[in-house]
Amino acid sequence: MAKNRKGSASAEVASDGSRAINKFHVSDAVMVVFISILCLTCILPFLHLASKSISDNNAVLAKKVYLFPIGINFDAYTSIFRDGSLVYSMVYSVLVTLLFTILGMLVCTCAAYPLSKKRLKGRSVLTFLLMFPMYFSAGLIPTYLVLKDLHLLDNMWVLILPLIYSPYNMLIMKTYFQSSIPDSLEESAFLDGASNFQVLWQIVMPLSKPIIATLSLFYAVGRWNAYADNKYYINSDSLKMIQYKLYQMVASATEAQTASLSEAAAVTSTPEVLQAAAIMFVTIPIICIYPFLQKYFVKGVMIGAVKG
Amino acid sequence: MSSWKKKKTSSAIQDITWKAAFKRDWQLYLLLLFPLVMVVIFSYAAYPGLRMVFMNYKPARGFDGSKWVGMKIFIKVFKDADFLRALRNSIVFNLLDLAVGFPMPIILALILNELRFPRFKKVTQTILYLPHFLSWVIIGSVAYTMFRPSSGLVNNLLTGAGIIADGIPFLTEKWHWAVTYLLIGVWQSMGWGSIIYLAAITGINGELYEAAMIDGANRWQRMKNITLPGIKGTVVTLLIMNLGRIMGSNFERLDVFGNTQVKEFQYQLAIYIYEKGLGNGAFSQSAAVGLFQSLVGLALVILADRVAKMLGEDGLI
Repeated sequence: MAKNRKGSASAEVASDGSRAINKFHVSDAVMVVFISILCLTCILPFLHLASKSISDNNAVLAKKVYLFPIGINFDAYTSIFRDGSLVYSMVYSVLVTLLFTILGMLVCTCAAYPLSKKRLKGRSVLTFLLMFPMYFSAGLIPTYLVLKDLHLLDNMWVLILPLIYSPYNMLIMKTYFQSSIPDSLEESAFLDGASNFQVLWQIVMPLSKPIIATLSLFYAVGRWNAYADNKYYINSDSLKMIQYKLYQMVASATEAQTASLSEAAAVTSTPEVLQAAAIMFVTIPIICIYPFLQKYFVKGVMIGAVKG
Repeated sequence: MSSWKKKKTSSAIQDITWKAAFKRDWQLYLLLLFPLVMVVIFSYAAYPGLRMVFMNYKPARGFDGSKWVGMKIFIKVFKDADFLRALRNSIVFNLLDLAVGFPMPIILALILNELRFPRFKKVTQTILYLPHFLSWVIIGSVAYTMFRPSSGLVNNLLTGAGIIADGIPFLTEKWHWAVTYLLIGVWQSMGWGSIIYLAAITGINGELYEAAMIDGANRWQRMKNITLPGIKGTVVTLLIMNLGRIMGSNFERLDVFGNTQVKEFQYQLAIYIYEKGLGNGAFSQSAAVGLFQSLVGLALVILADRVAKMLGEDGLI
């Protein structure tokens, strides 16, 4: 904080743009406490669940487990792996997410690059055609009937194809192409006799790595987290993604529990520990990779904020 | 003025015959074929299906076998108590979401901007963005383990400390549910929402702050007179954009927090469309409500765009 000291001795401007007076005020403490409490609301629930998932059944039933596990054992996780259906779902979901992301980036680039070229004849009409679905959707039932006619219901591809083209992501990519890749680079390549494909592949793509990373993550996280289309279009258990599996596990349990007010009588400890383990099983991968990917998301929001 | 000029020059560049354009840019048109095919199949192909809102559509009979009934479906829908309830809930809860959820990211951004310790700031930001990356299924599951009346952590702590005798039905009584639902929504989106305001704050000229400090302005004065006016444009644009979404609803967020005890409030348009349509097979009715939602949404977005431009902000479309 000592660097960037400017002007009066009591004032400083941090490198990231935040300003402060050197003296530590009460307001500083209040803000730190406030932010810390908000952060705790994001951490503690997961700590509690994690503890529950590795605690002894009796301790959980006696409601003794708060933030630290009691009688540590990994039985719940063992049974998740032995049962195998959640593990299978996890692998299947990773596969679907990968396919979705690759195809999504492909279709996104195919739309964004041509539309970023001012010289393209018919550009405004084509842009309108490709953006309009973002503002007006036919809705669930007409879409459902189309997917039915295409024989996509209860098919893995229904989780991939309908959503790979995203007008929103296309817009972000188009904006990036227009604002971050100098026209002169491409022009000189054209003068050297390069084709549109060559320019895209050899000049534009290597310069677009940050946006490719960001949008791939948007695609991947979007697909990984969504379950509504599983609920609408999928019947077979083997084709359901892991979020929907978890939904069914937890939702069916809570429905049963909330229906009978004498909850404690109906519940044995095992389902609760199992449920906690299942939630953790689905959450841990996200929490593990999230801190490393976060900065790419932030970049994406910034680019998305300055639409062209 | 500038956009007019831009249009002029770009049309000059495009001023060649289609034949010449194809000859020069056929590869670009070829690339566009892929996304165009996708939107035609998965978006545009669904539009003709909307004619079912003027029919008594029966899945077994298809479009050819179902009868045209004019506006009857719409009349039925607008007299349907379920629809009116869903419409009321959607509007009320979206407005409440806006009232509770909109200021929070701004406050958070202002505070994060004032934080003194860069490392603390970085770590807390990372933590606060996290809920945005968790699915509603995970958030819903976690919420249930936190707020269940007799075994949820929060109720355990409160009853254990002797503050309350019985568990609070956070998610199983409609008024409690409304508050919990709204607060979880705020919690999920506040960190992420603050990014855009932090970016706007970074764009404010640092010399303004220096000048203010030399003049002896304290933190609150600087916040009120420099930071807030500096992000006003962003605030207005986002507010208008959010007002344009007042008819939308997030099916997954409603669905994971749904249960029979809170149906009265949880029953919103997205739930209506799903339950009437795919649940009960009332396709025409569901599609009519979907169309209503889309049209009102479209009108609101266009209106919001106009208003934003009138106020001198960037448009949304």
